[in-house]
Amino acid sequence: MSDDRRARAWAAAAAVVDPELPALTIADLGMLRDVTLAGDTIEVTITPSYTACPAMVVIGWEIEAALARAGLGPVRISTVLAPPWTSAWLSPEGRAKLAAAGIAPPPTAPADPGLFAVAAPACPRCASLATERISAFGATACKSLHRCLACREPFEAFKAHGDGSISNTASRDVLS
Amino acid sequence: MRPTPDPFTEALLARADDALVLGHRLSEWCGHAPTPEEDLALANLALDQIGLARALYAEVGAGSGRTEDELAYFRTDRDFRNCLLVEQPNGDFAHTIVRQFLYTAYADPFWRAAVGSADPALAAIAAKAELESAYHLRHASEWLIRLGDGTAESHARAQAALDALWPCTAELFEPEPKARLPDPVPLRAAWSATVDRVLARATLARPADGWAQTGGRRGRHTEAFGKMLAEMQSLARAHPGAVW
Ligand SMILES: [Zn+2]
Repeated sequence: MSDDRRARAWAAAAAVVDPELPALTIADLGMLRDVTLAGDTIEVTITPSYTACPAMVVIGWEIEAALARAGLGPVRISTVLAPPWTSAWLSPEGRAKLAAAGIAPPPTAPADPGLFAVAAPACPRCASLATERISAFGATACKSLHRCLACREPFEAFKAHGDGSISNTASRDVLS
Repeated sequence: MRPTPDPFTEALLARADDALVLGHRLSEWCGHAPTPEEDLALANLALDQIGLARALYAEVGAGSGRTEDELAYFRTDRDFRNCLLVEQPNGDFAHTIVRQFLYTAYADPFWRAAVGSADPALAAIAAKAELESAYHLRHASEWLIRLGDGTAESHARAQAALDALWPCTAELFEPEPKARLPDPVPLRAAWSATVDRVLARATLARPADGWAQTGGRRGRHTEAFGKMLAEMQSLARAHPGAVW
């Protein structure tokens, strides 16, 4: 019975979308870490993508509301930082939803980019790999701005963050 | 009666204050940056720093019984432990970029070293901070190279900013032997190597080490910092306890 309650709670929490990226759920983004039962209380554990992710408070409220709509509660939201979120936590569904929303998914296994050799995302419109980065910073912490050299359209990309290569810092070098 | 913070908490507070003060300075560019892309970039950098400050203040608060808001908004300048470098006014864009570069070239190896801390909460914060400091350093380095190796005007401004801010860098490496937190002294070699490599690409001259301006870590700050705090804290002090 409690397994069923936990599964329903997971399903409700997993359907909550990121207010800054409403095409994706927190499960797609890898921000939903765990749902556990502590007696009557359902504990939902989430993690921020970037330390300052301003959506965390709203995501907490949305989880409480989603569980309430499913007739579940009481709920406790807890936030963990470890292990740190990286873009490798994006699910395959999340990557497909990004592409469908016109946002280039991050390269899956970026080589250590050094200072200038940042892996170029494919154009979400024409799939060309001939793209250039306009800015490493976009409208939200998780996105960067690019331009396609083939079709000339500007586009947003979901940043490659961490993924083992940048954090493998023994050999990190600001100049490539 | 406020509990006396332990040395580890005091050292954490210094990093939290660095992050808040640098974040606030960067946020002052919002709406004023040279291009819309750079406006977004500086706002993103500010947000990262303020997020880091919040995570660290939460830890400091857990060790000293104070809330994030009390720590950020209800201390006076003498209670802040940030280094003098981060409180320097934005100046022109070159000053902001040089300040960002000199600080981040230190913060990046600092957070990388802190990932190995025996304190699990600090290690978790550091693991996120070092991922973020990597692209902060890249951004500042790219701009510094563009300014230094750009026009005669941008080169002169970048060199002037470097010369002006250089005396504030020695403070970053003051001995601070604290268990569970990286000792800044050995980080100087990594910092120095990064500085040399980027300055060479930027065709900028490394200033000579001479007189060093220190005091921030002991609560002795510049006049400009008092003005910054007055603005940053005015809303919270006008409406103490307000929530939104
Ligand atoms: Zn295209």
